[in-house]
Amino acid sequence: MSVAPPPTLNHPEIRRLAPVIGPGHDYVTVTEKISDIVLKRPTTLGWFAGFSLAFTFLGILTVAIAWLIIRGVGIWGINVPIGWGFAIVNFVWWIGIGHAGTLISAILFLLNQKWRTSINRFAEAMTLFAVACAGIFPLIHTGRPWMAFYMFPYPSTMGIWPQFRSPLIWDVFAVSTYGTVSLLFWFVGLIPDLATLRDRAVNRPQQIIYGILALGWRGSARHWHRYQSAYLLLAGLATPLVLSVHTVVSFDFSIAIVPGWHTTIFPPYFVAGAIYSGFAMVLTIAIPLRKYYQLEDFITMRHLENMAKVMLATGLIVAYGYFFEFFLALYSGQKYDVFLVQQRLHGPYAPFYYALILCNILTPQLLWIQKMRTNVVVLFLMSIVVNVGMWLERFVIVVISLTRDFMPSAWGRYQPTIWDWATFTGTLGLFTTLIFLFVRVLPAISIAEMRELVAHSSEEHK
Amino acid sequence: MNEPSSNIYGVMGEFETATQLIRAAEKTREAGYKDIDAYAPFPVEGLSEAMGLRRSWVPPVTLLGGLLGGLTGFFFQYWVNVSAYPINIAGRPPNSWPAFIPVTFELTILGASTFAVFGMIAMNKLPRPHHPVFNVARFSQHASIDRFFLCIEATDAKFHLAESARFLQGLHAVHVTEVKDDD
Repeated sequence: MSVAPPPTLNHPEIRRLAPVIGPGHDYVTVTEKISDIVLKRPTTLGWFAGFSLAFTFLGILTVAIAWLIIRGVGIWGINVPIGWGFAIVNFVWWIGIGHAGTLISAILFLLNQKWRTSINRFAEAMTLFAVACAGIFPLIHTGRPWMAFYMFPYPSTMGIWPQFRSPLIWDVFAVSTYGTVSLLFWFVGLIPDLATLRDRAVNRPQQIIYGILALGWRGSARHWHRYQSAYLLLAGLATPLVLSVHTVVSFDFSIAIVPGWHTTIFPPYFVAGAIYSGFAMVLTIAIPLRKYYQLEDFITMRHLENMAKVMLATGLIVAYGYFFEFFLALYSGQKYDVFLVQQRLHGPYAPFYYALILCNILTPQLLWIQKMRTNVVVLFLMSIVVNVGMWLERFVIVVISLTRDFMPSAWGRYQPTIWDWATFTGTLGLFTTLIFLFVRVLPAISIAEMRELVAHSSEEHK
Repeated sequence: MNEPSSNIYGVMGEFETATQLIRAAEKTREAGYKDIDAYAPFPVEGLSEAMGLRRSWVPPVTLLGGLLGGLTGFFFQYWVNVSAYPINIAGRPPNSWPAFIPVTFELTILGASTFAVFGMIAMNKLPRPHHPVFNVARFSQHASIDRFFLCIEATDAKFHLAESARFLQGLHAVHVTEVKDDD
């Protein structure tokens, strides 16, 4: 027999831990459990209530953007010297959240971590939606979003081209590549599941729509052969990509000479922060999702605990980043950098800085305790705290540095307006709306990969 | 001996486990059949080897996409900055190549990924909404869920409807069905 069972799941060391899939599942039960959420389960009142709330905030976003287009960016709290404000804070926050999906799908796939299976699909969806929310901000921050195509190189009659030496143009390429590759990765993963939905469809429209999307997938061994090859390559390509995107975002800051931005620690510390906030958001979504759709067998305590551990680890890297920002500023002896450190600790925005330390560094230390890592309520609250903390981090970076430039005559204050808040909460609405639609129309967990997991954990291969 | 009636695509056996499918694929190839295909609801480890599939063309195509993307990315920026629209910023040379690396890198990944995905889809000859194997009722009901299928196609030189069906039964297929072609 040429096929040896993969050792991963039967290894005694792993058996000891909570399982990655509940007991007693076979191909049919995993298929039914996941696809019935989409195909058969009636749309409940709870779903409508949640969707309506999210949709209301999406409405607020449309109003905020419409008003912005009518009146211009003056409706926001930005002014000289704070040109960036909420738009960039939120952009960096959302794009950071968007990192966990690809990390889970690509890096954990390459590392052969079986526990990624039941969380990768919705983490990838979350990535796409977060990137969509992120993309809105720089677009509308340009002030004239209908001119945004200027950022792309195209042969214009004016004969001008984008400035390729600018990190802002790198950002255009990094974020659009990231969005495209994440979409491709997500779709490739979906193809076999769409075929399952097509075959299990209970009415004609489902059959037609899923049938078109499934591209006629029939599970041929020749197709799987190429499919696996392409999937592995995509994972290998997405891994450096995911690390490059937040690196490029951090270049937006670190290439500038503004005090507090111009440091070499930024790229790795931004990437760690991105993974940190991304995992927090995955937990924020996974915990209600598994509860509401009774998916505790598939998204087990093991998944939640592992995600908590990743959060703890990346949180410590972020803490290291904060420490080194301080150390490098003091060690450099540059008076502007030293002054910025003082401003963070004692300036007008010091409360934000202390709140950030509390949210991102102190509170997550509770995750060292196993009881905390396995308590669903604690984990959920912790994920919210980290999301808030990471938002504060971007606020501190953008606002404190810009309000305390080189010359006191250039100093200022930043106060967001109601339209800043409307736009921000509006993107939360867009994100949640998309999540609600996603769990309703597509399988939130990869069915084909769950079958693989069943095959590996059953005794079938013996 | 083989006179496949024109409206037969092949003969298909259904198996309950992945292991049986792998064994069946091996045995069928040993028996000299060449035009066969196996169908599984998830990628089965070892099935490609059992089917004797050669290394796929996806990696070279991906490499090609990456090279095209990377070279386009770099030389496009070179052309813009050196010839089409040279501007002097802080005295940097027109070909300030280190600044071109991020965009070159992103376009390399973009080229490679799109070639990998669309290359895979094209080589699989998808999208193809209908295929003769879907004419088998049990295939449509189970192939994407919980059962494994092996099809010996009528184009095979050794194909004989009754013989091949008996052969598949001998491999412990739980159901053996003839697959009608659409023509």
